[in-house]
Amino acid sequence: MKAWWRFKNSYFFYSFRRDPVALVSFSVFFFLVLVSLFAPVIAPHNPYDTSTIDVMDAEIPPSWMDGGQERFWLGTDIQGRDLYSTMLYGLRTSVAIGIGAVLFQGILGIVVGLTAGYVGGRVDGFLMRVADIQFSIPYLIVAIITSAIFQLAFGVGRFEQLAMPLLILIIGISEWPKYARTVRASVLGEKQKEYVEAARVIGLNPVRIMYRHILPNTLTPVLVISTIQVAQAVMSEAALSFLGLGMPVTKPSLGSLIKAGFQYVFSGSWWITTFPGILLVTFTLVVILFGDWLRDVLNPKLYKG
Amino acid sequence: MPNPTTSLLSIRGLVKHFDISGGLLDQLTLEKGRLRRRRTTVKALNDVSFEIRRGETLSVVGESGCGKSTLARTVIGLYPPNRGQVIYGDQRIDHLTARQMLPFRRRMQMIFQDPYASLNPRMTVARILEEPVIFHNPGMSAAAAAEKVADVMDQVGVDPKWADRYPHEFSGGQRQRISIARALMVDPEFIVADEPVSALDVSIQAQILNLLMDAQEQRGLTYLFITHDLSVVRHISTRVAVMYLGTLCELAPAASIFNQPRHPYTQALLSAIPRLGEQRSRHIRLKGEVPTPIHLPSGCVFHGRCLYADERCRQEVPTATPLGPDGLVACHRVAEGKM
Repeated sequence: MKAWWRFKNSYFFYSFRRDPVALVSFSVFFFLVLVSLFAPVIAPHNPYDTSTIDVMDAEIPPSWMDGGQERFWLGTDIQGRDLYSTMLYGLRTSVAIGIGAVLFQGILGIVVGLTAGYVGGRVDGFLMRVADIQFSIPYLIVAIITSAIFQLAFGVGRFEQLAMPLLILIIGISEWPKYARTVRASVLGEKQKEYVEAARVIGLNPVRIMYRHILPNTLTPVLVISTIQVAQAVMSEAALSFLGLGMPVTKPSLGSLIKAGFQYVFSGSWWITTFPGILLVTFTLVVILFGDWLRDVLNPKLYKG
Repeated sequence: MPNPTTSLLSIRGLVKHFDISGGLLDQLTLEKGRLRRRRTTVKALNDVSFEIRRGETLSVVGESGCGKSTLARTVIGLYPPNRGQVIYGDQRIDHLTARQMLPFRRRMQMIFQDPYASLNPRMTVARILEEPVIFHNPGMSAAAAAEKVADVMDQVGVDPKWADRYPHEFSGGQRQRISIARALMVDPEFIVADEPVSALDVSIQAQILNLLMDAQEQRGLTYLFITHDLSVVRHISTRVAVMYLGTLCELAPAASIFNQPRHPYTQALLSAIPRLGEQRSRHIRLKGEVPTPIHLPSGCVFHGRCLYADERCRQEVPTATPLGPDGLVACHRVAEGKM
């Protein structure tokens, strides 16, 4: 209760209420996340359930167009799935991969950055060079090699089951250096402050000083890049799926939906690729706009507290 | 030899150098066509020895960059010394592991200069204060810890009702009180205070100094007090140590150092205190600048600016020799009886 009261009176909340961009982008983001969470409840069809899909329903245009049916608001895709339901499930997959990848890269990056920054010396040099090397390898190459090896080793059927954790792993591994560098930079600033020396004089061990004393003071920039990184991860996933390295068509994400519909754009079925595309752009745009606002408002040069 | 009944802590031949040469690539230089590795070190402490007696306040004074803070941090164990010993009671503590050091951690504590940086901004005052007690008494109940926090907060003059607040909600003086409270939480017997009042308003300085002196009286504390403020020194000290360029110049009881400074540097330093109603300034003007601690002068570090330096001062490093029962002075001229 007290925490809520503090939050309500904070500068953060005040500037949030005053900024229309922040309000709108956060509302849209929150709405989309809710919708994707409750997709099984909201969606009129279950696109994963093959027994409800009829190939005869394929390529039906949106309901307001000629030949459209009331049952399929945004039309159907090439396999006869209701596009609206499939998009909801696709958004759910994309958001899950995006947040999962950010959690993974965040935890990895924070542990590495905190250790490098606090311990310093050779450990710092080693960890940061590893991060540099990781950063110099494009994630597409990592993804292509990983999924090629995986499909060879376990077969395509198994790959379809494990595509989601694999994508989280690939995107997470290719992006963790961003976190490591951000965290290391703020740890270098924090560890010279006297409260860290005070903790050492008490006799606390380094792990406790790192995680209980320094880490909470470095989380502001982490929060800021996390929002941008969610958008980044969702886009990476879409790109990988579009290239056929991501989610299979049976469990489509937004990216694989766009890819599946892309082949039919010129045959007139524009809706299969357009609507998922708009949804993807909307989602990443609001996340980035919100992240931008967050960066401005939490910038210590503009506001201290 | 330190006498264990009177001496609480003694340091012997303490040397601390900081390597500022950076990475391996920065160290390499080309000299006459040959690649050489060159290190740059700041000589922050050079062979400093003295002892701190039980119950006294030993002040260390000197200008910026003379190694006062390094001395404080080496004594408390934040920096490992390059050479020399720190002896607490009758045990050497400068080379102990973190675990062996723990019993000493609760006997010696530190108060820091900047009250805005020395309290973790993300922790409430209650958490800042209870952390050391709970850490050193793992079996302690939450209620007992809270009671102890309230007790100590009361003692330092901060209302225990404010324990749930964050440091940024307090003024500089109150923060410094909280910082002192944190040091007192583990009931130490020795406190290193690194310029505890330098960042405060003059009106607040006196309050904090009185708080420190009251705490000393009630708890029988021993202080190592680092400062550059000579009026503070006169107010609080039992004995005063004067440092210049990482070496100890003179150590003497407070009254005698102010009335009869022996070392030429001490004389010059104390003559810089302005006095009321003074017509002609008795200020001893030193020539030149303080040399860089990267390249120390040969012999006595003060010889380049000393009014009395001779050939011996340029060649030979003076050692601190006892002067009276309580003092030390490191000067050839004083040792020769010419001053």
